[in-house]
This record gives sequence, structure tokens and C-alpha cells, in this order.
Amino acid sequence: MIAAARLDWPSLISLLALRDYNTRVVVLGVGAFALASGVVGTFLMLRKRALLADVISHATLPGIALAFLVGSALGMAGKSLPVLLAGATITGVLAVLFVLAVVHTTRVKEDAALGIALSVFFGGGIALSSLVQQSATASAAGLDAFIYGKTAAMIVSDAWLIAGGAAIVIALCIGFFKELRLLCFDPAYAAAQGRPIVAFDLMLMGAVVLITVIGLQAVGLILVIALLVVPPAAARFWSDDLRRVVLISAGVGLISGVVGAGLSALIPKAPSGALIVLVSGALFIFSLVFGAKRGSVWRWLEARQLGRRVAEQHFLRSCYELVEDDPNRSFSEGALAANRVWNAEELARMMQVGLASRWIEPAGSSQFRLTQAGLESARRVTRNHRLWEMYLITHADIAPSHVDRDADLVEHVLDAEMITKLEALLAADAAALVTPPSPHRLPSVLPTGAAP
Amino acid sequence: MQTSARDRHDSPTNGPATGGLESSVQPRPPARTAGAEHPADCPLSIHDMTVAYQRRPVLWDVEYDAPAGKLIALVGPNGAGKSTLIKAVMDLVPKASGRVTVFGEPYRRQRRLVGYVPQRESVDWDFPVSALDVVAMGRYGRLGWLRPVGRADLEAAREALDRVGLKDFASRQIRQLSGGQQQRVFLARALAQDAQLYLMDEPFASVDAATERAIIDVLRAMRAAGKTVIVVHHDLETVPEYFEYVVLLNMRVVAHGPVRDVFTPENLRKTYGGRLTLLEEAAHKLAKRDAPV
Amino acid sequence: MMSGMLMLTNFSGWRSIDTQIALVAALCAAACAVLGVFLVLRKMSMMGDAISHAVLPGLAAAFLVTGKRDSLDMFVGAAIVGLQTAILIEWVHRRGEVEAGAAMGVVFTCLFAVGLVLLRAAADKVDLDPNCVLFGAIELTPLDGVRIGGWVVPRAAIPLAIVLSLNLAFVVLFYKELKLSTFDPALATSLGFDARILQYSLMTLTAVTAVAAFESVGSVLVVAMLIVPAATAQLLTDRLSGMLIWSVVLALAAAVGGHAAALAVPGWLGWSGRSASTAGMISVVGGVLFLAAWVFAPRYGLLRRAWQRFSISRETALEDALLLLLRGEERQAPVALRAMHDHLRSMSFSPLVRWWTSRSLKAEGWAALSEAGMRLTPRGRTRAAELLRAHRLWETFFDREVRLPQDHVHGPADRLEHVSDGALREKLAAELDHPTADPHGRPIGAP
Repeated sequence: MIAAARLDWPSLISLLALRDYNTRVVVLGVGAFALASGVVGTFLMLRKRALLADVISHATLPGIALAFLVGSALGMAGKSLPVLLAGATITGVLAVLFVLAVVHTTRVKEDAALGIALSVFFGGGIALSSLVQQSATASAAGLDAFIYGKTAAMIVSDAWLIAGGAAIVIALCIGFFKELRLLCFDPAYAAAQGRPIVAFDLMLMGAVVLITVIGLQAVGLILVIALLVVPPAAARFWSDDLRRVVLISAGVGLISGVVGAGLSALIPKAPSGALIVLVSGALFIFSLVFGAKRGSVWRWLEARQLGRRVAEQHFLRSCYELVEDDPNRSFSEGALAANRVWNAEELARMMQVGLASRWIEPAGSSQFRLTQAGLESARRVTRNHRLWEMYLITHADIAPSHVDRDADLVEHVLDAEMITKLEALLAADAAALVTPPSPHRLPSVLPTGAAP
Repeated sequence: MQTSARDRHDSPTNGPATGGLESSVQPRPPARTAGAEHPADCPLSIHDMTVAYQRRPVLWDVEYDAPAGKLIALVGPNGAGKSTLIKAVMDLVPKASGRVTVFGEPYRRQRRLVGYVPQRESVDWDFPVSALDVVAMGRYGRLGWLRPVGRADLEAAREALDRVGLKDFASRQIRQLSGGQQQRVFLARALAQDAQLYLMDEPFASVDAATERAIIDVLRAMRAAGKTVIVVHHDLETVPEYFEYVVLLNMRVVAHGPVRDVFTPENLRKTYGGRLTLLEEAAHKLAKRDAPV
Repeated sequence: MMSGMLMLTNFSGWRSIDTQIALVAALCAAACAVLGVFLVLRKMSMMGDAISHAVLPGLAAAFLVTGKRDSLDMFVGAAIVGLQTAILIEWVHRRGEVEAGAAMGVVFTCLFAVGLVLLRAAADKVDLDPNCVLFGAIELTPLDGVRIGGWVVPRAAIPLAIVLSLNLAFVVLFYKELKLSTFDPALATSLGFDARILQYSLMTLTAVTAVAAFESVGSVLVVAMLIVPAATAQLLTDRLSGMLIWSVVLALAAAVGGHAAALAVPGWLGWSGRSASTAGMISVVGGVLFLAAWVFAPRYGLLRRAWQRFSISRETALEDALLLLLRGEERQAPVALRAMHDHLRSMSFSPLVRWWTSRSLKAEGWAALSEAGMRLTPRGRTRAAELLRAHRLWETFFDREVRLPQDHVHGPADRLEHVSDGALREKLAAELDHPTADPHGRPIGAP
């Protein structure tokens, strides 16, 4: 009911204008954290260590509980944020060291080591906080805020602490951009070059611990990993360029943080961390589907097109091979069938496509011939194919990485000099192409009209 | 003993005389008709197979009919698509186009007839199983769902281990075997499966001389038993000695046929390109030298 | 929840109520441990974590729809969501080409967030605390008992017992298939056992187990029960069946020990009268068992491997010392104890090994200490002569057969002399046509 009351225009407008002091504090804190986690998360994801962040965040709980117990025992205010976060940092680092030690000294694989560290540290945290909850001094020590996140509880000094941490992390990532890129892209090469890979790795892990710790209040320890993983994963769909991925990821993080924090101001009953994560999740789904670089819509269309084009090229080449010596000659469906390996449906479908595209036209009783346009296309496809084949044979050592079978024209990939050379070779040594038992019968001379 | 006798008997008939004849008259039907059934005696028939990773082709219009009962080497430079070819045949990677038949039927229906020997790195050698356990896995196909491994299966597995010379290692955890022994365990598993067509992905990769010998003996025994064996092979030097047929692959089938006719410098140049051949050979020698004994 | 826990756990002696709690914990741990073995072997441990988080929206939806807590709908909802999680992660990983770990992170956090929001929404309708779902309330299970035969058992034990039997049946019936598809999924598929079917069955069962467990230990700590005993078992055995058995045994130990620790440990720490969360302590005890196996495991433990390294190093040092003494005698310049120590230090043997070597030279009768220095006993001389012969044979081998430069033959010979027993030595000698002098012209000696 309260939620409904807040969802009216005036409150929305006052939210958008950041008129409310508390809202400004929360947006500052959460936005700074989400921006920085988008940046550092990109490197974490590319380093294939995304789940380590999950371990770190879970492992902060015993640290927080211990810091509370120790802090109270020493007469400090147990709930002082810097003290709690210091504790969180210590156990977070310990968990990372534990994982590394297990992986390097036992046959237990990394995933299990992560699982052990996560659950044992977290279990220890639960056990400790159950003791905290029973202590007389701790009237609900507010540990819940760290587990689920509680943006509403954020005060201005907290927000500045978060912003400071975020600034350090972002500065590290910008300052060491080159090194981090090397670390993520080719650690083995970097190590061979004598670069201090271990130091880079430690720096990255340190940044992750820092960002995790400052994110606890914003989204809570169970979901903090989301903002380290979701924005970079979403950004990856939009670009292959690391700089851009980092920028987009930071943007996705910032939007999720600010919009999520805004939503939780409107719907105070809903858990704020979850709302932030849901906004980033929505952005991820959008990117997954429509992302310009790797979005699945384009991928799916591409794959479908590839299959279709392969079939069309087969069809055109087959037609061309039948009429190569006399372009006006007609041929039957049976001749086509004998020329290549089709099954009946495939051939029938391709005949339909050929007729519809006006590549072939009927020529008397169950006979067909290539139209002018069809002849041109077929000639181009055949020439392309043969040039590629020649290229593969004559430049076997470099060819595979250069061949783009879907390229409309060889010219788009290879330079003119290479093509002239290939054509000369093709004309001189047609036998070079004979691969027993190639279904493609080859001409002695390439048709002169083939070059467009 | 029986095996070696047949071997000796085999080699002259599979020599140049018949080999040359077969290469000139390829066992390909003169005219294929639409929807034609493929010969049931052809162990593996690949038609117009294209495999692409996004836009980049890995295999391109591969056409191949494997001769029955032969040892066939699949040779080509790195990145030529050798492993991809085997995986595409077994539906382990998606094909952009093309059809594969095994003894005249789609692979899906003939799975039991195909034995697969993967690359050694493809499994976790820390897995808690013994050598015998791994070999017995070859028998699972004929057992089907739910039926447990019986005494007869273990017996067959033990026999297969014996044939690769690892009888005494049956109860060893597989990490405690040397690289060559691990490869032989895989081979024993294929033997236990008793398939008709074997696809092997680099069984000779970084193994010691003894294992190489043992593997080739087993391959010859398989051929003697009428099996067809296609082996992804790296060492050009040993192709003529070990194999009777060869497929030269570099994205497309450059040449195939009896080693005597097809394994020519000219074809190798077409497959590997000029300078790379030497480098590859040197790299292979190096890998072999550094292989764990 | 917390107040209930306070009320119930303000004691430290073991009562019948504790037996009931331990029973629930044990059933839960065993059910998880059986599946955990395969998650660990498939390198999918974190999938267990992901699924146990991701079933939350399924549970919340079931609550919202039925308005009840224990119903079959809950299991069905969780099973569906669990299976979908596995499929979704796979899809995001393959189709979206998102790295496997990141794909998991994306999917389970988003689903968990959905679950949290739904739970808050459901909180009005059902008496439901998110803490309960996350951390369980095993301490409260004895409050709700049912009578079976003459026994009163906690109601929570019943679904756990059912799930445990289900998991056991699955693993026993499909033991062969699970083994194959876990070890080599490509072969499994090629033999007609669709690896994906087994994979997804495993994921579904994991989800169902997570739901059954959440009431007692909570969804977050399910992962401790899934992974920790199985990973510990991996250090203790080389057989799949052995790993299953160890995993269950360790899980039971962690469950019972965990509850006992929850009662006892706060007292030791000076908080008498308090008790810690049982679920938390179960995973801590699991972690302690893992640490113990890490250090003490008979074959793969740190201690055992350190001892192995020490033994080898000790043997090598002793042999090196014998050789040094023999060479000294050849030159008629007996070696002093001090000189031997310096020699071993230059070979970078540790002080412990050096001390051990000088001790065993005397104690085991290899050498005697005299005025002029150390003298080999007849036994010591025989052994040293064998070693020297092996060393010089190898030097000859590397010079003649491998054609190493003369100043390079010492190094490899130094390593090989320690592993050359009588048979190998004589084979080597035969191979080299029984040479009498090494490349440096020193006598090789008779066998």
C-alpha cells in the first residue's frame, strides 16, 4: 500500500530531480559502486575469474561478524562501517589465498576449490553472526544489510567512502589499462616477456576485493557478484574492442545502479539489491538479443544465411558446370541430380529457388537453361570457388586463415596481384585442381568473360 | 601370431599393383541420382560437407568415400580441420551442410559401429577410475541403459588391455600411467568396443617409441579383422610405413587414395605449402623428443 | 526465526532434541553428498551453487500460488526452475558465447534477485522469512514432529529421506552411465548414452535436493554439503565407488559433528550459554575435515608428499656423502665431517637432511669417525663403489652415445647414479662393451 502511494507523479518527479537528500546520497553511493564494478568486472570476466568474485563476497561475512565482535570488545562502535569493511577485506583476501593454495597443492579442481571456499567461509560467517545476534549489545547488528543490501540505510559518509573506493578502483584500471589488457589477453606471453604477471593478477584481485567490500551495502553480498559480471557480459555483445567494452560495461553498471536505486526509493518494500540486479539483468537480455556484435538475433540470421548461401552456390555451380562449354544449352533436373549429391527434396527446393530468383528458366519439356542473370551469377560463383581452391592449393600455408567462403568476390579479400597470379595458374595448370574424385569437373580454360 | 601372419600376407596384395588400379578407377558410382541410397559396404561416406565457425570455414565441401578394411591416415597442417572432420562425422560439431553415412545409413543409426579414440587431453586423468574401468567403458554401448557391467565385459576389457600390453596395469589409477600407456588404454577401450569403423584423433601424439610400436601393431590387427581405421596423423615420415591409404586435408580434401599414388611431394606441397612442411616436421620431432617416456 | 533459535539453543548439553536435529542434518548432508561427487568430477561445483540460489524464484512462485509451505508443488516448481537454470546457463554460454563462469554468474544472480523480490511480495501472504530460506532453521525442525511407528521424527526428515533414496537410486541404477558420461561425454554420446540427458537429470535432482535441504540448512549452505565432502573424498581415494562412500561418510560426520560443535564451541570461546548456528557449523566442520584430508591424506596429503620428498632427498644425500668419502679415499685424503657438511650444503640439501645424513653414516654403519677424518666401513665402501661405477658408466654413456661435451657429462650422471640398481648398471656396462675407464680416464671398477 505504501508502495502504491509513492508511485504518483509528484514523487516520481521529485525523485528524478534528486530533490530528496537521501535519494541523492543513495544515488551517489550506488552509482559510484556500479560504475566502478562495471569497469573492473570487465577485466575479471576476461580473466575468466568471474566466480572468484562470488567467493570473495561470500567470504566477507565472517570478516564482518568478527570485526563486529572484536570492535565491540575493544569498546569501539561495532557498527562503524570502516571497521566492518576492514574485517571483510581480510577474510575476502584469505578466501582468495585459500583457493589458490588448494588449486596448486591438491588434485581438487578450481571449481570445487571455489565452492569449498565460498561455503565454508560463508558457513563460518553464519555461525559467527548467529553468536553476534545473541550478544546483548547487538540490537540487530544490521548484518542483514550486508547480506541483502540496504540502500536506505546509507548515510552520507558511507556514500563518500564508497565513492572513494570506486575512484581508487577506476584509477587503477585506467592507469594499468595496458597491463590488465595483457593479463587478460595472453598471460602466458606476458610472463614469457618477463612482465610481473603475478603482480598484475594480485592488483586485479585487490581491486575486486575492494569493489566487493564497498558494494556490500549497496546490493548485499549474495548479489554483489551480479554487478561485477552482468554489465561486462552485456557489454561484450556490443563490441570486440576492449576500450569500448569497458566503457559500455561501466555505462550498463551506472544505469543499473541509478535506475535500481531510484526504483527502490519508489518501492521501499522491495529489496534494493535485487532491484538493481534486475535492471542490469534486463539490460543483459536486451544485449543478448540485439547486441550489435554478438547479439543472438544477428547470429541466428547469419547462420541461417550461411546454410542457404552454401546451397545456392552449390546449385549455381552445378548448373554452370553443365553448360560451361555452351551457355545456351539446356539441361534436365536429372542431369543436375547426377552432377552433385542432392537428395530429392533438396534438389526440388533449389529448383524452386532457382526459378523464383530467375536464375533458370524452363526450356521445353522438363528442360531448363540459365537466364542471362543466372549465367552471370553462376559464372561469378564458379570463378570465386575455383580461385579460392587454387589459392588454397598454392598458398596452403597461409590460406586457411584468409579464406572467407562467403565473401561475394575474391577481390574483397585478396589483392589484385594475387588474383592475377591465381588466374594465370588456373589457366595454365587446370590439372592442379583435380582432386580425385572431385565432383567438380573443371574447364581447361577459365572463361574470359568471368572477370567482372 | 595369427595377426602377423596375415600381415605378411596382406602387404604385397595391398601394394602398388592393386593400389594403382584403385586410384585410377575410383570406387564412385558413375552417376548419382537424386536421393540415391549410399552403398552399404562403404564404411564412411561424406558428401559436400561444410563446417563453418560463424563465417570462417573450417571444412569446405568435403567429399570422401573411405575404402573398407584399410588403415587410412588423415593428414594435413595445423588448423586444416582434421579433428573437426572426425567430430563433424560424429555429430559432435554442427555442420553447415553435407551428409554423412556410415555403412549406408546415417551416423545416428550406426553409432555402435563407430569407435572413437579422442585426443588424450580431452579427459581428466585425475578421474577416480582404473585402467580396467576405462577399457570396460568400451562395452557400455552394447550393454545399453541400466544393465551393469558383468563378468564377461570385464573379461573382454582385460583381454583388450592385454592386447595393448598393459595387463599388469589394470588396477592402476589412470593418472599413474605414462602418456603412452594412457594412449594405449584409449586404444584398448576402442578394441573392447569392437566397432567396424574407428576414428582416432592423433593417437600417436607425443608417445614413446614402444607405444607407437604397440599402437601400430594393434591397428594392423584391427585391419586384419576387417575393420576400417581412420587416423589423424601428424608424422609425415611414418605415413608410408604405417598406412595404406591417405587423405590429405587442408580445409578441403586435396587428395586421397593409396599412399603409393597420392602421397607425393606435389600433393604434400599442395596440402602444406612450401616452407611450412619443414617447420611442422621439426616441431613434431621436438614434441616427440620431449614426450614423457 | 532468530528469537526461536535463541529460545531453543540456550543450552549446551546433548538432548534427544539434538538427536533429532542431527538426524535431519545427516539426511540432508547424505542426500547432497551423493550428487556432489558427480558435480565435483564434472567440474560443475559452482553449478550446484548456482542452482541452489536459482531455485528461489521457483519456491517463491510456488508459495505465491499455493500459499502453503510444504507441498509437492514446491518441489515441482523448484525442479522446473532448477532444470531451466541449467539449460539457461548452457544457452547463454553457447549461444551468447559468454564465458562459462560469467554465464553462471549472470543467470543465477538474476534469478536469485527475482526470487528475493517475489519472496518479499509473498511475505504478506505466507509466513515466510527470507532468512529461513537462505540459512534454514534446522534448530526448529524438532518442533514439528510426526509419529512413525513408535518414533517421533521431525516432519522435515521425511522429504529429506525421500530425496536421499531418490538420489541413491539414481546413482546406483545409472552408475555406469554417470561414470562414462562424466569421464568422457563425447564417447558417451557416441555410444548412444546422450550425455545431455544425464546432465540435466543430475541438475534436476540437484534442484530438488536443494529444495529439500533449504528448510534445514538453507539454500546458501546446500553448496557446502554438495561440494565439500565430495572434494574431500577426492583426496582420499582413487575409485569412483570409494569416492561415493567416503563422501557420504564425511557428510554424516560433518552433519553430526557440526551440530555438536554448534553446541560446544561457543562455550570454549567463553560464550557459555550461547550456541552457534548449526547450519553454519556444519560447513565449518566440513571445511575442517577438508583441511585435515589436505594435510594428512594417506596418499595425496601434504605431509605424505613432504615425507616422500624428504625420503628421496635423504637417500640422495647419503649416497652423495658415500661417494664423497670414496673419492677422498681414492685421493688418499680422508674427508672431515665439516667438509662433508659443506659439500652437502653446496648441493643445497636442507640442514635437517644434512644432520640426518651424518647421523645415519655412523648409526647405520656406513662410515666410522677416526682421527684423520671419516673412514668408510667395508659395507660403506661396497655401496660407494657401486654408486661410483654407475656414475662413471653413465658418464661414459653420455660421452659416447649422446656425444655430450666432456664437461657436461657429470650433471646427468649425478642424477642417474641414484636410480641405477645392479641390473641396470650391468645392462649399461654391456651396452658400452664393459669399459674400464670413464671419459676422464678414471677407473670404472669391477661389478
